[in-house]
Amino acid sequence: MAKQYETVIGLEVHVELATKTKIFCGCSTAFGGAPNTHTCPVCTGMPGTLPVLNKKVLEYAVAVGLATNCTVTRYGKFDRKNYFYPDNPQNYQISQLYLPICRDGSVEIETEAGKKQVGIHEIHMEEDAGKLIHDEWEDCSLVDYNRSGVPLIEIVSEPDMRNAEEVIAYLEKLRMLIQYLGASDCKLQEGSMRADVNLSVREAGAAEFGTRTEMKNLNSFRAIARAIEGERERQIELIESGQKVVQETRRWDDGKGESYAMRSKEDAQDYRYFPDPDLAPIVISDEWLAEIKAAQPEFRTEKMARYKKEYGIPDYDIEIITGSKHMADLFEETVRLCGEPKKVSNWLMVETLRLLKERGMDPEDICFSPENLAKLIRLVDGKSINGTVAKEVFEIMFEKDIDPEKYVEEKGLETVSDEGALRRAVEEVIAANPKSVEDYRNGKGKAIGFLVGQTMKAMKGKADPGMVNRLLKEML
Amino acid sequence: MELWKMTALELSGRIRAKEVSVAEAAQAMLDRIEEKDGLYHCYVTVDKESVRKQAEEIQKRIDSGEFAGVLAGVPVAVKDNMCTEGVLTTCSSKILGNFVPVYSAEAVRNLERAGALVLGKTNMDEFAMGSTTETSAYGVTRNPWDTGRVPGGSSGGSAAAVAAGECFAALGSDTGGSIRQPAAFCGVVGMKPTYGTVSRYGLIAYGSSLDQIGPICKDVSDCAALLEAIASYDAKDSTSVRRQDTDFTSALKEDVRGMKIGVPRDYFGGGLDGEVKEAVQKAAGLLRERGAAVEEFDLSLVEYAIPAYYTIAAAEASSNLERFDGIKYGFRAENYTGLHDMYKKSRSEGFGAEVKRRIMLGSFVLSSGYYDAYYLKALKVKALIKKAFDEALSKYDIILGPVAPSTAPELGGSLADPIKMYLGDIYTVSVNLAGLPAISLPCGKDSGGMPIGLQLIGGCFKEKVLLQAAYTYEKARGEFGLPEGSGKDAGSIADREEAEEAGRYGEAI
Repeated sequence: MAKQYETVIGLEVHVELATKTKIFCGCSTAFGGAPNTHTCPVCTGMPGTLPVLNKKVLEYAVAVGLATNCTVTRYGKFDRKNYFYPDNPQNYQISQLYLPICRDGSVEIETEAGKKQVGIHEIHMEEDAGKLIHDEWEDCSLVDYNRSGVPLIEIVSEPDMRNAEEVIAYLEKLRMLIQYLGASDCKLQEGSMRADVNLSVREAGAAEFGTRTEMKNLNSFRAIARAIEGERERQIELIESGQKVVQETRRWDDGKGESYAMRSKEDAQDYRYFPDPDLAPIVISDEWLAEIKAAQPEFRTEKMARYKKEYGIPDYDIEIITGSKHMADLFEETVRLCGEPKKVSNWLMVETLRLLKERGMDPEDICFSPENLAKLIRLVDGKSINGTVAKEVFEIMFEKDIDPEKYVEEKGLETVSDEGALRRAVEEVIAANPKSVEDYRNGKGKAIGFLVGQTMKAMKGKADPGMVNRLLKEML
Repeated sequence: MELWKMTALELSGRIRAKEVSVAEAAQAMLDRIEEKDGLYHCYVTVDKESVRKQAEEIQKRIDSGEFAGVLAGVPVAVKDNMCTEGVLTTCSSKILGNFVPVYSAEAVRNLERAGALVLGKTNMDEFAMGSTTETSAYGVTRNPWDTGRVPGGSSGGSAAAVAAGECFAALGSDTGGSIRQPAAFCGVVGMKPTYGTVSRYGLIAYGSSLDQIGPICKDVSDCAALLEAIASYDAKDSTSVRRQDTDFTSALKEDVRGMKIGVPRDYFGGGLDGEVKEAVQKAAGLLRERGAAVEEFDLSLVEYAIPAYYTIAAAEASSNLERFDGIKYGFRAENYTGLHDMYKKSRSEGFGAEVKRRIMLGSFVLSSGYYDAYYLKALKVKALIKKAFDEALSKYDIILGPVAPSTAPELGGSLADPIKMYLGDIYTVSVNLAGLPAISLPCGKDSGGMPIGLQLIGGCFKEKVLLQAAYTYEKARGEFGLPEGSGKDAGSIADREEAEEAGRYGEAI
């Protein structure tokens, strides 16, 4: 009988924090500026410059720690990780080794198999490096330090996960917590959330862990799931064929669906970590910790329960809406303004999701305001516009966050409820479509649909369809 | 009196009284530099044009009443490890031979805000690593009292420039004695403030947890005035301290009555030159005569200070100097293949022997497997030393001792035996390990006419106590004088040749 193997997985997750400025200087963290325009003497490692900690970074790190049930380190330090590489202007990265900001936490995940706790070993703060660009034309490498000093936290889990489903549930959970905190947008594709997978296999029931590898370059949940499956198989094959798993760092190539070794433990550098003497120890007071604690938002689980109780919308809608902090905020604020939870939910679940999907956007990218969505709902409720017009207006609003009231007025899209005008249009349609009129009168009830459509067309879509229906029936 | 012989405060009094213009003061310095610096080599960089322009500008701002302080119009020198916007800043290293910063060190800006005129950048041991100013990549600096001898280091250029009258005052930096020891060797006054008093922003780091900028001056009053100008809280330096008590000139009072002064027996044992011992003890006696209670005590742990200091300073230096890699600024080797070869060649060719020694030492003590045994242990020793000083300073207002075991050694005599050179820092490094303020001032001369330094060490933030005691001592001691005219300064052609001969040792390490 073939042996049964258990996969053991731990994750190192890097999250880029959503601060406006860098971790140790006042430069902007905005993405995409011209090379080396978001830089200063500090983040380019000029001689004599000194780092000063951005307090917001600490606040976010502590908030994430509290949300993941960690113990917050009340007296912490930054350490220097020394290694030479041109994207690292000082040739050391300021990170935390000895006294990380948070330790010993856990999050609850839920999979098909049920609920489970995944332990958090630690969370530490560090600075990101710059970016090397190789210029093939000039055969030289160029460095862009815009990203140098962008704040990161690294969340290191315990080796508590056993399969890809758990890993993805864990990442989703982290993403949700961090997005709810506003500490990061956590986008894997854009690199604001990066996960390295530490994986080993062992015979089912074995007490000791097997030798692990670390997998890098995982840019989507799909890549993570595929890499886990691939690495599990690779390690089992090695063991079955009597070979040993080598402790090494591997790089996943999602295009090829395979990984290759980057460096083994033997080539591991000695980073010569030591406390950074340029930064004062981090001391977190009781008052500040209490403030951060008090500012923790309502997280998804609590929010879901409240929505069910308060708004009475379907569970599926709740799940989708609370799946994005931005969408949940939009929902709540719109409901507050117009008092119509079901209608708001409908706009989000149907039209919004359709447009997001069509355009390949994330819920975080929604740009229209709750005020405008509320106005649109009021326009429909007050029968100022009909459903068709509302959808058209919504699409423009989705793109440009226009004020629907103004837009409807400017474009003259109000529903025509002037019975005289409608009656004239219906008369004309009846006169112009004798065949359909004939059909209807001969009992083909469906024919009225065509006539309604023709009337709507004649009215440029602005008629109240119910009224058109009534008039047609009266006049035929 | 010739202008160059004046103290900074004497000069600024004349400037305020409109008896001397800033241009005249600046020109007097440029003339002095022209005349003397070929021999002493205190400076790495002097931009005469810029000095003249600054003089005009400062004069205008004095005349308009904008600059009214005691340093307005005073020409000063800055050690070449402090960044000066638009002015070459080399750390006396080949690796920064072309480095022109786009910002100035906060301490330099503070001097400029006070209306001081920056004459130029002074020579030093490369990256402040050394006790003789012989490790400079740009040649040695000579001691103006005897050009066959070193000025001390690493702020040797600044101390020699003050003694030689090539500036009215100077900034130095002190990581393990680099202000106090050259001040002692050159017969001038140097002060290392409490860690955190002067911003380190723009000071090119050697040992970040120990580095502190301070003044080197002709007398205690100038020292107080300079320190008052450069001390500031700086949000750009996380180790900067907010202090409300930086009116240091208010402490210049001739009174030590009731002051308790402890003299550590451990500082007067073997290894201390007899003449130095005698002069320092005499100084203690003078303070006793003026009303201070002077007594001996056992400080303990003195022999651990040197190894702890060299472990910590080298560890920090090995990391601080990583940024000098030939990529972003500074020297890059010409012929290399690939990234690692470029790093290796640029750093091998760009750094001198003493810097390499300390980088290797520091890398070793931080490496995995040795970290606990060396670096961590050194940190524990540092904490114990601080505790020993804190205990002593709870009993005494001041700890009094020598600055260095001997007077200035001859050029070329020190670098061959680095351990011996390191041991010369025995009385100064503890002050940095404990973060304390200390002042070095001349207290006599040896039989060869070389100055001897007295060191006063105070508790954290007790600069005023130190300045008051130093000021009282200085008055009691009387005029110390400058080297010129003492008969030992080498102005003659013959001496000059001999001195230049000696200077070659600087490159032979």
